[in-house]
Formats: sequence, C-alpha cells, structure tokens
Amino acid sequence: MSTRNLAKDQPDSFVFTDEHKVRIEKIIAKYPKGYQASAVIPLLDLAQRQELWVTKPAIDLIAEMLGMPVIRVLEVATFYTMFNLKPVGKCNVQVCTSLSCWLRGSNDVVKACNDKLGIKFGETTPDGAITLSEVECAGACVNAPVVAVGDEYYEDLNYETMSKLIDTIKSGNPPAPGSAVGRQGAEPEGNRTSLTTDPTQTAPMQDLAAAKQKHEDAQEAARKAKENA
Amino acid sequence: MPKLTIDGVEIEVDPGVTILQAAEKAGSEIPRFCYHDRLSIAGNCRMCLVEVEKSPKPVASCAMPVGEGMVVHTKSEKAVKARNGVMEFLLINHPLDCPICDQGGECDLQDQALAFGHDRGRYVEQKRAVKDKYMGPIVSTIMTRCIHCTRCVRFVDEIGGVAEIGATGRGEDMEITTYLEEALTSELSGNVVDLCPVGALTNKPYAFTARSWELRKTESVDVMDAVGTNIRVDSRGREVMRVLPRLNEWINEEWLADKSRNACDGLKYQRLDQPYVRRDGKLQPAEWSEAFDAIAAKLDGVDGQKIGALVGDTVDCESTLALKDLMAGLGSPNTDCRQDGAAVDPKVRASYLFNTTIAGIEEADAILLIGTNPRKEAPILNARIRKRFVAGGVKIGVIGDGADLTYDYDHISDTADAVAKIADGSHPFAQVLKDAERPMLVLGMGALTRADSDAILGAGYAIAESTGMVSGDWNGFNVLHTAAARVGALDVGFVPGEGGKDTQGILDGAASGDIQAVYLLGADEIDTAKLTDAFVIYQGHHGDAGAHVADVILPGAAYTEKNATYVNTEGRAQLGQRAIFPPGDAREDWSIIRALSERLGKTLPYDSLEQVREKLRKISPDFTHVDEVVTAEWEKFGGAGSIDATRFTYPVANYYQTDPISRSSKTMAQCTQDFVMGKTEKVTGTHG
Repeated sequence: MSTRNLAKDQPDSFVFTDEHKVRIEKIIAKYPKGYQASAVIPLLDLAQRQELWVTKPAIDLIAEMLGMPVIRVLEVATFYTMFNLKPVGKCNVQVCTSLSCWLRGSNDVVKACNDKLGIKFGETTPDGAITLSEVECAGACVNAPVVAVGDEYYEDLNYETMSKLIDTIKSGNPPAPGSAVGRQGAEPEGNRTSLTTDPTQTAPMQDLAAAKQKHEDAQEAARKAKENA
Repeated sequence: MPKLTIDGVEIEVDPGVTILQAAEKAGSEIPRFCYHDRLSIAGNCRMCLVEVEKSPKPVASCAMPVGEGMVVHTKSEKAVKARNGVMEFLLINHPLDCPICDQGGECDLQDQALAFGHDRGRYVEQKRAVKDKYMGPIVSTIMTRCIHCTRCVRFVDEIGGVAEIGATGRGEDMEITTYLEEALTSELSGNVVDLCPVGALTNKPYAFTARSWELRKTESVDVMDAVGTNIRVDSRGREVMRVLPRLNEWINEEWLADKSRNACDGLKYQRLDQPYVRRDGKLQPAEWSEAFDAIAAKLDGVDGQKIGALVGDTVDCESTLALKDLMAGLGSPNTDCRQDGAAVDPKVRASYLFNTTIAGIEEADAILLIGTNPRKEAPILNARIRKRFVAGGVKIGVIGDGADLTYDYDHISDTADAVAKIADGSHPFAQVLKDAERPMLVLGMGALTRADSDAILGAGYAIAESTGMVSGDWNGFNVLHTAAARVGALDVGFVPGEGGKDTQGILDGAASGDIQAVYLLGADEIDTAKLTDAFVIYQGHHGDAGAHVADVILPGAAYTEKNATYVNTEGRAQLGQRAIFPPGDAREDWSIIRALSERLGKTLPYDSLEQVREKLRKISPDFTHVDEVVTAEWEKFGGAGSIDATRFTYPVANYYQTDPISRSSKTMAQCTQDFVMGKTEKVTGTHG
C-alpha cells in the first residue's frame, strides 16, 4: 500500500442519479440534525457504485451536500482502501493476500488471475472489463483463500477454481457466491475435528484429581532426572 | 473535587481535569506533542504516558480524566520506559536532520528526545519519505519530519475556523495536507508554525536565515492593527529576523496574525535612512541641520492657523504628544490623528474604546457587528469572537457585507439603515440584545468613516442605552479601530483644537492655500494629491505616499526601533521596546520633534523619554496603568439624524497591505498576489 491520492485525470462534473438522490435523502434522514456528516461513507459508496470510482467532483459534491469541509471528505475517501480513487474496470477482482489466505494458498489464486487475465495487481484488462487488486484481510478467513468480486465473496479457491471463476466472469454469468468446495457457513473441511460427540449428551466429567496426580508425577520425574544428570 | 496523588504529592483538582493538567498543578512535568492547552484533545502521540496504580497499562495522561484516589507516577521505571519506547517509535520515521532544520534549537522533539529518549536508535531499516506539500506563502513544509500530532489540523479547524488542513491516508501512509495542496486562507495560518512540535511546518520567509540561539529576543508590541498583540521581536545584528507572539491572556492569548508575523521583512526595504530636502523639485539627501534650516526658513513668519499636522496609524504616543506640544507652540489648532476621518467623540473616552475588552468577548451572549469585518481588521480579536461562538450560547448579528467571518451569524442587513432600526427597536435583533444578559456591539471603521457616521455613532449609543449594554462592570459598546496609533493619539488629544481643522479640512486647506505647511508624522493613508501646493514635512520610516509629496523628509524609527507607548483599541497602554537601532541617520521620533522645536525656538520642556512619559501620565490615566485597561466613564455621545441605506466601505480591502511596512514587505506582496489578486484576476504566465 502506498500514499493514496486523487487521480490526475478527473471528469469535469458529477451528479447523482435520480434513484441515488432518493436513497441519499433516506440515508441523511437516518442521522440527527446537525450530524449529516455521518452520511459521508454511504454517500461515497453510492458515488463509487455509480461511477465505479470516487472522483474529485463527487468529493466536492458530497462535501457540499453534507456541509462538510472538503478536506474531511477527502480524509475519509483516502482512509478506506475500499474507495477506488482511480478508474477501475467494470468488475473489480479483489484478492485477499493477508495471512490466513496466504497460508491457505492465495499465491496460487493470484497466479491464476495473472495467468488468466494477463495483468498484475492494480492493473485493468485492456478492454476495461476487469481490474485486479490486492486487498488486506477481507474478513472471511474461515474459508480462505477468499476473493471478493464486487460485493460477492468467492471462497475456498485454488488455481483451477479461480481460473474457472474468471472464465465465468468474462462470459458474464458468474456463479453463486460462496465456497468453491461446497462448504456451508464456517464448517471445517472434511470431517469435524472437535465437538464430535453428541451435543445432546452431557460431556463426561474429567477426572481432575487423576490429572493433577499425573502432572505432579511428571514434574517429580523431571526433577529427579535433572538431579541425576 | 477528586483527590489524587501524583509523584507523592497529594492534590485536589476540579472534576473532569486530565491527569496531565493535574500533574502540571502538582509540579510534575509530563512531555507531550499532540496535547495543547487551547486545542481539543487528540491523544495520538502517546508521549504523555504515565503509570497509574491498579491500571494494567501505562495511561495517556492528556486524555485520562482524574479519578478519586488515583495514584500516579510520572517518573517511575514503567512510565519512563513507556515514554522511552514511544520516543523511539516517533524517531523511526523522523529524519535526524536537525543540523539543517529551522526548528533546531527550539524543537520539542529535539528537547524531549534528549530528556526522555534513548541515546541511540535500534532501527536500521528504510525510513519513509513524504513529499512536501504546498501550504501558501507563509508556511513551508518538510513533511518527512511530521510526527502526526495533528495540532495544525486542530488549530485551523477550531481556532482559525477554516478547516483546510487534514490527514489523508492511514497508518504509515498518513500525510498532513491541505485539499489539493491549496494555500491556507486563514489570517492566523502562521500560528501552525509555532504549534508544530517538530520542523515539519516552518516559517517560509524566515527559512534558513538564522538559528534560534543567535537571535536577540526583545519583548514588544505589534502595530499592524489596533489589537496591540504582544510580540517578541527576534533580531540579529541590525536586522529583525522574525516576529513571534508572546503570551497575553487578555489580548492575543498565544496567537499572532499573519501580517504582524510576516510583514517584518518590510522593515528592510524602502527605508528613510537620512533626511531629504526638496531642491529644484527633487528630493536630495541632506544633513539634519539642513533639513531643520529648511523647515525653519519656511515656517518663519507663517501664521499658526496656516500650519496643519497629521498623525499616522503606527505612531507612538510619545511622538504624538511631542508633535501636539510643538503645534501648540507654533499656535496651530489644526491637528488630527484620524486620517480616515473616523467620527468618534474625542471628549468621551468610552465613545472610542473597545470597552468590553477583548477577553470580555468571552462573557458576551449577544454580539452585534456593525460595519466591521474583524477577520480582516483584527484577526486576533476575530479569533476571540469565534472562541465565544464555539463555546455556544451566543447570538451574533452582522450589519454589513455577508463576509465569511469563520462563524455563523444572522445577516441583518447589507446597508447601514438597519442600525437605526435596531436603535428604535423595530428590528427583531433589538429584542435579542435586550434579552441577553451581556450584549455587546462593535462599531467598525466602515461604519464610522461615512458622511452620516455621527448619526451611526449616536444610534450605537442609543442601542447601548436601550438594550442595557452598560450596567455594573459590563460595558457592551465597542469601537474596533484599525490603527494602532489611534486610541493613544485620541487619549493624548491630537484632535483639532479650538477652531482647528480636521484631516479633511487640512487637506482641503492645503489645496486651496489656507494651509501653507503640513507636518505629516507617519501619515500616508491620505489623499496626498491635495498636498502638492503646500510645504510638506514628512517624518516617518518608509518612503511611502507621504514621503513622495514631502519637501523635507525627517527619517524616523519603525516600531521595532524605539521604546514607545501604544494604546490598543481597548484603551490598554503597552510599552514597545527597541529591538534594533534605526537605520542610518534615522532617530527616535519624539527626539526629532524635540530637536526641531529647539531649532524653531519653541523648545519642548523635556529632554528624555522618561520626561515625555511623565507628561503623558499627567494627560491621561491609562498611561499610568500600563498593561491595564482603565474603565472609561459612560457619557452621552454621538449625534442624531438619518442614516443612509447604503453599504459600508470597509477600511481593510487587502488585509496583507495596510501600512508602509506591510506595503514594503515581499512576503505580504506574495500573499496579496496569492490571496487577493488571485481571487479576482488570473495570473498569467508572464507574471513569473
């Protein structure tokens, strides 16, 4: 990650669509009077949904709509890496490479993207359809590695499934989001390794006295072994 | 009232006070970067960590309120080690370029690294580097040095009132910047330099010119506006290197306006460093004796009624008194200190003072501004009004242009006739003033320099009377002057004597021939075209408008070059001190007048500054009570009549150039270019 600034080439103007204007009214109405500034993140998000990225005219407009100093809006827009400050493709493929995903093979997923799309992180395919970006933890570590495409999460990916996913994205009918190996929720892969007993039965009581005796014996043995040595 | 123990000292403090404030009271010093008395608490530098018993971790004392029975250690091993670690982290990305840093020698980080840091760092990896940002002609940035205390962000937001600085990005990539690197538009922007605890924001005009330990520091008073800001003049040799604010809770707290801070380079240019006499239509250098001879020859036999004298906006009280006495000796009643013709009543002191006092603004609960733009005329005073506004529970009304004053207000009217409406109670804001416990009004020079100003002054008096502005120890009637010399000169009585002419009369007289000789003491803000036929003596420090029409120029001293008394708009007399000597043959102003009086055979009865001051003290009580405000008696003043429904003309069109010093300043010229010209006309490529 590096310093995030506004893109050099900016459009001249920005206006929210009528549909968004209705939503904005509702969003602002959620906050008490005098606290409209709280709506800055939803508004930036709407602007991004409309134009795919947050433009300078959009920032100026939002500052004016919420009665905020424009620098405060810029602070928010640059703080959250989810706001794209530069133009992106229609489909933003966000690959998580943080610790859990990396341990579970995100490198392969990245490689699949690079091979399939022929672009690196931060780049957009020449037809402007797909942007590949590297993101920090997407918050779905249980089903790592994870890729977020737009608002949808695709989980449990590997080189093959990622390649297939890209194909479907290219053809315009991506599959239902979720695990590529059919995991539900946050269940473990294969069989469960814990909580294997019937939860309706009371768990057997542990023999604490025996455990304590065993621990003390072990310590005693270790002490003796040390003395002998 | 919670009781707590700090470093073994038991202390009782008000509830809600932070540990850091309590520790200050208990005599324990806690280092800090982000915490500042006058700004909101951020708690992000972590330098103020202390150990609090029963707390598992060190506590940021600046953000932690005291609790009953707390036991705090600021010097325990744990506290020292915690701060040591914080300092090491702060220095990770801080370049150790102190030898080339302007902050070196007066740097909080430097001092605290010495006192609370390691003697070496353990960090050997790559440091980060940050691109410098443009923040305008006053503040220069070296952003790699920034430790992200956000003092500057909070200052421009909370005190400056223009939220223009922000922190973009996050974590390691956080950067302090203005939006798209635009210049800071606050008139108080220079203060971020003082606030910056490191060398990230430094004084641009002063950059790389001096080291702090080479400078001689002189405590003085500012004359760029009528606020009387307390300043410290830092000089080296015969040059003023910079001007810094000095703490004065009653006036400027610890702030300084940009013009007062950065116009000091104007002291080096356009100076009058020797007498000049006009010979053959040209001003030619002369000796003092020649200049005096020329004056004596011209004034010989001239009737006193045909001599006039004007005092300028930055003149001290001593020389004003000397000139007044000289004029009296010459038999001239034509004396005036109001170059703009301000319609105040010189006989009633309360009619021309800021009676509420600047600190008193904080107690007001309704404020009416008439024909004034305090943001431009007195930024420090405007900051006080904003402070009152931020505290809440105050209604502010403005009669005049709807300018951005950095706070919200009711815009009552663009035109002056609304003053009469408030005076007769027909406007609803009159009720607001009546309902307020401590209402105040401020009459600006925009309101007092019109043809109908006497009526406006009278209406101001009527408002004060009808809304109960004057009661007990509260006086809500205020005049905001723009000239540092004005109140002092009015106190001295430098106004037309019996049958004497005022400024306009003197100028018209000079044009028509009724006035043959005019003595201009630092007076430049007048229509000098009318003086071409008269014999003009100009005494001052800069070759400005007045000097151009002069027949004899007597080189005087600027405010940094003389020990002198100034009275600010509140009526508070303050002593300015000499930081450097006047250039060349220039002399302190009162002594020039004293010497001239001898040559003219009207020798003034004082030989030393102390004797002049002795006489000042006899004239007005405020000169006896230096640094204090002497409450003025409340008497009837002002006239009646109708007030025209016209807009005000404001005295300060360009904040950055209002007097000969700021007009000679390169920095102020740059500011004018960027902030005043830039807004109206686009600069073309050929402008350099």
